[in-house]
Amino acid sequence: MAEGTISITALPAARIPARRSPMRRWLGHRSTMGFLMALPLIAVVGGLVVYPGIYAIALSLMDRRMTHFVGLHNFARLLERNTFQLVIFQSCLFAITAVVLKAIIGFALAHLMHNIPTRKQRAFRGFLLIPWVIPLALSTLVWWWLFDPSYSAFNWALNKIGLASVPWLGQPWWARFCMIWVNTWFGTPFFMIMYLAALKSVPEQLYEAAAIDGASAIQKLYLVTLPMLRNVISITVLFSLIVTFANFDIVRILTNGGPLNTTHMFATYAFQIGIQSGDIPLGAAVSLFMLPILAIASYFILRGITQRSKDAY
Amino acid sequence: MTRSAPLSRRTALKLAGAATLPLVHIRTAGAAGKLAVGFWDHWVPQGNEVMRSQVKAWADKNKVDVSLDFIASSGNKLLVTIAAEEQAATGHDILQFPTWEVQNHSGKLEPIDDVVGRLEAKYGKLDPYFEYLGKADGHWRAVPTSSGTQYKGPAARIDLFKQHCGIDLQAMYPAKPVHTPESDNWTYDTFLKAAEQCAKIGKPFGIGLGTTTDSVDTAGSICAAFGVQFVDAKGKITVNSDNTRHLLEYMKKLVPFLPKNVYSFDDATDNRMLIADQSALIYNPPSAWAVAVRDAPKVAEQCWHFSPTPLGPAGRFVPMLVFAWGVWSFSRNKSAAKDLLEFLMQRENVQARCSVVYGFDIPPFDSMLDFDIWNTAGPPVGTVYNYPLRPFHQATRWITAMPAPPQIAVQIYNQALPCNMIAKVTQGGQTPDQAIAWATSELESYVG
Repeated sequence: MAEGTISITALPAARIPARRSPMRRWLGHRSTMGFLMALPLIAVVGGLVVYPGIYAIALSLMDRRMTHFVGLHNFARLLERNTFQLVIFQSCLFAITAVVLKAIIGFALAHLMHNIPTRKQRAFRGFLLIPWVIPLALSTLVWWWLFDPSYSAFNWALNKIGLASVPWLGQPWWARFCMIWVNTWFGTPFFMIMYLAALKSVPEQLYEAAAIDGASAIQKLYLVTLPMLRNVISITVLFSLIVTFANFDIVRILTNGGPLNTTHMFATYAFQIGIQSGDIPLGAAVSLFMLPILAIASYFILRGITQRSKDAY
Repeated sequence: MTRSAPLSRRTALKLAGAATLPLVHIRTAGAAGKLAVGFWDHWVPQGNEVMRSQVKAWADKNKVDVSLDFIASSGNKLLVTIAAEEQAATGHDILQFPTWEVQNHSGKLEPIDDVVGRLEAKYGKLDPYFEYLGKADGHWRAVPTSSGTQYKGPAARIDLFKQHCGIDLQAMYPAKPVHTPESDNWTYDTFLKAAEQCAKIGKPFGIGLGTTTDSVDTAGSICAAFGVQFVDAKGKITVNSDNTRHLLEYMKKLVPFLPKNVYSFDDATDNRMLIADQSALIYNPPSAWAVAVRDAPKVAEQCWHFSPTPLGPAGRFVPMLVFAWGVWSFSRNKSAAKDLLEFLMQRENVQARCSVVYGFDIPPFDSMLDFDIWNTAGPPVGTVYNYPLRPFHQATRWITAMPAPPQIAVQIYNQALPCNMIAKVTQGGQTPDQAIAWATSELESYVG
């Protein structure tokens, strides 16, 4: 080969991988697969929660025949009604009282359960969960029979010991008491089981340290247990508040809103106006009244949780 | 240049057949098709069986594929079904509409003047009560039916009234077409005295002031008898009147003789009281008696039904609940639907259905009040003879809140305004004027 000649040797052709289509690349992302697997649930939530919610808002702004837009007229009409003002009062009374009672009783039961030896705890746990497990409509029917004007077992027992019958469902404050009582009976197991699980996660060393420092049982409760359980308490209270506010079964079966509309809640009043009286937009407006009340409660409770979480770090 | 293919004889015949198909449905459903029907689930199972066989007979004759559902009214299932189908604009072709539902959903119901017109021509004009509930914008929107239509007049104990109140119910309203002098004495003063006597013996009248339909119907009938009107036909609030004060003063005297739990009554409390031998009189159709025939025969044989309520200053007003059959405007087989309804309302079919349900069902036409069931049902025989309202009873069919415009009346009814107004005085301790002021403010929100 002559000097100065450059020899070029062809390199073997490199293996260039075939380009994947954009669709296949997209499907290959983990976030995409996660989204696709959650899609059925998103569809259910969208169809059964989001869509009805938006439709309810749209309905509440229409007239009775659902032909004309009337703005906030339905809401203004409701606030003029003495019965609706009672509904707001009763819903708040019912929800707050029932939730506080459930939290206190549930907390006490959780503490008692926590101190039972683990082997024997199972039976008590199962037994105490029964009220929550039985379908609410069924158990409310049984309570209704216990309070029934003609066949009340409670009144029979009272009569046997010489006391007069009580108009359980016929007198406004007794009827309210019965509703709160049934809701408390039904919901306490939920609080109990949540607090029991939370108690088991509190490190034992904290109690030992408190004991060494000479803390009494009450001090351990206030200074160790409650601070450790504060977030769980907040979340259970918030969850129960939302569910109790929207309660329908207990009111419908026990009292149907009576006597004298003194036990109506938003849900039952919405049903009475929307379905029974044929004014669906007004009924939608009643049910939407819960939204701002619960939104405010949720904001403050969740804000507390977030602040405590930040402080912990 | 293209040429279209010539029309063959076969194609021409097919086109002609398709063009004439709608014409076949002018009067009869001679062509095949489908129909979805939803009727009320009668508490007497035999009522459903007879209905099913009648619908099948029609379907077989007219070659229509009918699917028939019986929908219960308990738990408001029927109301919810109606509301859902109206919103979705799909579902059954025919549904059964209780009391106010025709008015609530009139916008989506097919006018049915033709069917009602032919039935009226054959069986007589319908009472204004049925027009009030069944007509909207000048058109009949549903056909009043016998199935489930009921009166809620008194059902009382023969023995207790005779022994303790000095009233012979069977002489007052005997099982024959005669107006008696004793019935003229069946007034609210007599009612009050009888209530007092029965309360003394521990068998109080089972009349409720609760929130359910029995209580509202009874209260509405008493209000009407005293000339109390909540809202007039033009929508003007008229509850603030001396008649209302007079009524409330009367109720202050009556309620102490009623059970203490009167404010928590539901639709079954009075039934249970009668069957359990705890009450001398309730306001109810014969359903309670029918159960007593099975469970408490000694009580049942002492029950006497008479729809005429006591005579008040303004007259006798008998609570009635009507069911009606309507065809949705989105139905795809309206002519077949109307044909079926007209068939089911023929006298022989109405009679067959009424006969198997202890006479509970009331035909809307007075010319059909001669069915034998009301003569023969018992024991005691004749107990339901005066259950259907007959001309010699001199009473008016009534629904609480009449004659208010239906969209206002339905709210008065469903929110138990008459019961609550009375309870404000008798339980809440308010004065009649305070109770009237409360009722006025409630009505303003209904009217507004």
